[in-house]
Amino acid sequence: MGMATAETQPQFHVLAVDDSVIDRKLIEKLLKTSSYQVTAVDSGSKALEFLGLLNEEEEINSEFASFSPHHHDIEVNLIITDYCMPGMTGYDLLRKIKKSASLKDIPVVIMSSENVPSRINRCLEEGAEEFFLKPVQLSDVSKLKPHLMKGKSKENINGEINNNKRKGMEEISSPDRTRTRYNNTNGLEVI
Amino acid sequence: MDRNHLLRQVAYMKNSLFDQGYLDREQFTQLEELQDDANPNFVEEIVTLYYNDSARLIQNMEQTLVNRPIDFVRLEEILHQFKGSSSSIGAKKVNDACTQLREYCSAENTEGCSRTLQLVKQEHAVLRTRLETYFQMVREAG
Repeated sequence: MGMATAETQPQFHVLAVDDSVIDRKLIEKLLKTSSYQVTAVDSGSKALEFLGLLNEEEEINSEFASFSPHHHDIEVNLIITDYCMPGMTGYDLLRKIKKSASLKDIPVVIMSSENVPSRINRCLEEGAEEFFLKPVQLSDVSKLKPHLMKGKSKENINGEINNNKRKGMEEISSPDRTRTRYNNTNGLEVI
Repeated sequence: MDRNHLLRQVAYMKNSLFDQGYLDREQFTQLEELQDDANPNFVEEIVTLYYNDSARLIQNMEQTLVNRPIDFVRLEEILHQFKGSSSSIGAKKVNDACTQLREYCSAENTEGCSRTLQLVKQEHAVLRTRLETYFQMVREAG
């Protein structure tokens, strides 16, 4: 394993959300192998708890109480979430994150076992950076780096925060297993 | 016993599993690539996790087909979870059987669902035996 310590190489921290115990184990390993620090939770509500987006009453009883916003100990650099989950879907979670002043700049990636164009578009429109088809591979995880780097630079360069979102990326109909955000000026592709 | 001989047997077994369609070559190879010194038994662990979890899901699916009226929506939900996990470990024949079951489920065809669920169980059990033998051989090869 690598010799890098926390001091010499800042590690990116990824929050993985998936209700399947098998998929959680898999995504955790994929991320760790790619040298990311990982926290894996089994639901959207647990994810929000971890991120500190709680009602005050719940905070006191939560298992993550020590990680409340008042402490600012936890930094999450990217959230990768399954789409189909009971209760709060990955899409619901995405929306809540994008609506939160404190969390909206954290890049979010959605995973799904189903290739449904309307679903993919909806997620990308709502602000997801990427959409991965399951089962997720190491080659997919390697696509996370630019989003994590972008997230890091946003912290440092406040003025460019809004400009980052308008930067174009590959257009939607790539034969790839993943979908990335499209250039806004191209508009929606008719499917 | 010659270790190289054992390693060749392991490779032969694995290729049989791929060639006979039991395992998806790409996905299973991906799992093996994730195995390292920190997690030397990752593949066997995740497969064990799968069998523990999926046994429960199969039971739940069987239960939906026993209840009246049959909740096909619930069946589809459980099947979705089961199919997802099966894909993650590369369980190809199991996955194909799931696809068939999903079609009968959408059509709310009770007889078709019962029949294909039996097929799913069968493939699930056959793969389990094959993988147990495979991991046994992997351990022997050291």
